[in-house]
Amino acid sequence: MRLRYPDTIRIIRVPCTGKVDLLHILRAFERGADGVYVVGCMEGDCRFDRGNLRARKRVEQAKAILDKVGVGGERVKMFNLSSGEGPRFAEYAVEMTKKITEMGPNPIKEAMGKAA
Amino acid sequence: MIVANKKPIEEIIEMVKGYRKILIAGCNECVTVCEAGGKKEVGVLASSMRMFFMNEGLKTEIDEITLERQCDHEYLEELRNSIDQYEAVVSLACGVGVQFMAEKYFATHVYPGVNTCFMGVTEERGVWSERCQGCGKCILDRTAGICPISRCAKRLLNGPCGGSTKGKCEISKDLDCAWQLIIDRLKELGRLDEYEEIAPIKDWSTERAGGPRKVVREDVRQ
Ligand code: SF4
Ligand code: SF4
Repeated sequence: MRLRYPDTIRIIRVPCTGKVDLLHILRAFERGADGVYVVGCMEGDCRFDRGNLRARKRVEQAKAILDKVGVGGERVKMFNLSSGEGPRFAEYAVEMTKKITEMGPNPIKEAMGKAA
Repeated sequence: MIVANKKPIEEIIEMVKGYRKILIAGCNECVTVCEAGGKKEVGVLASSMRMFFMNEGLKTEIDEITLERQCDHEYLEELRNSIDQYEAVVSLACGVGVQFMAEKYFATHVYPGVNTCFMGVTEERGVWSERCQGCGKCILDRTAGICPISRCAKRLLNGPCGGSTKGKCEISKDLDCAWQLIIDRLKELGRLDEYEEIAPIKDWSTERAGGPRKVVREDVRQ
């Protein structure tokens, strides 16, 4: 199955979404990412029991922080799918890309450009 | 341990937004365990603040450090040679650490990054509750190891008040009545007769009501 998804996305593989730390998400934005999304297994299907639930909490924490610092909590999102759902993976990629394109670039980049 | 809770990021930013070089200092002890002021929280706060300042177009340097403890000279001294380069420090230690930092580095602006709450336990991850108020004269020997000073809303010493209902305290149905817990445990231990003994009037002068306290131990003092 050869599926196309937007080439602006950089995939970072982790053994389980439970490995994704709040700090990883924040640092990505600090370094200029326009959006971050975490794709985990279906809830209830985590091989490590609670990894994807932990990830969801961290995504929520990141959302709250990004809202407070003016970057925008909408730029981060959690998705769930099962391992056989390649087409859905591509769908999520398209959905997220569309959303971030609508929102425009990470405001930090622009602000720093002006400050420099 | 000393239990603290995170201060909202916006509150911290408001305190220090006028400074352009800031140190965020965590503590490796209690506040690490209660996930309010350890290395991880330092990293998250620093990253959040960097983003805020960048977004405002304010070039601000934010450094991170986490000391072993902030309530001992030994570890606070580690900042001696670097502290002067900072316009302000946000300490994520409990109120004790924040104050010791401010005492030691008199010319440095020091701000609190957590709300210090109480001495307590981790009931489960994300849930902490109070167990001791440091009254200075522990009476746990007479109360089956359950502290009525910190756990009874009225700090009663001779059994429950009339508001104790089905094991819960009258101030909240989510709160166990400390005296119910004490009685249940005395019963379990076969020591219910001790409950009949009238507790003497407690000497509250060793409690905070007697003013700020100090322990001086000549046996270990140098
Ligand atoms: S009796 Fe006093 S010292 Fe003992 S646990 Fe209660 S508050 Fe703490
Ligand atoms: S109900 Fe129990 S814990 Fe609450 S104030 Fe009365 S005796 Fe204390």
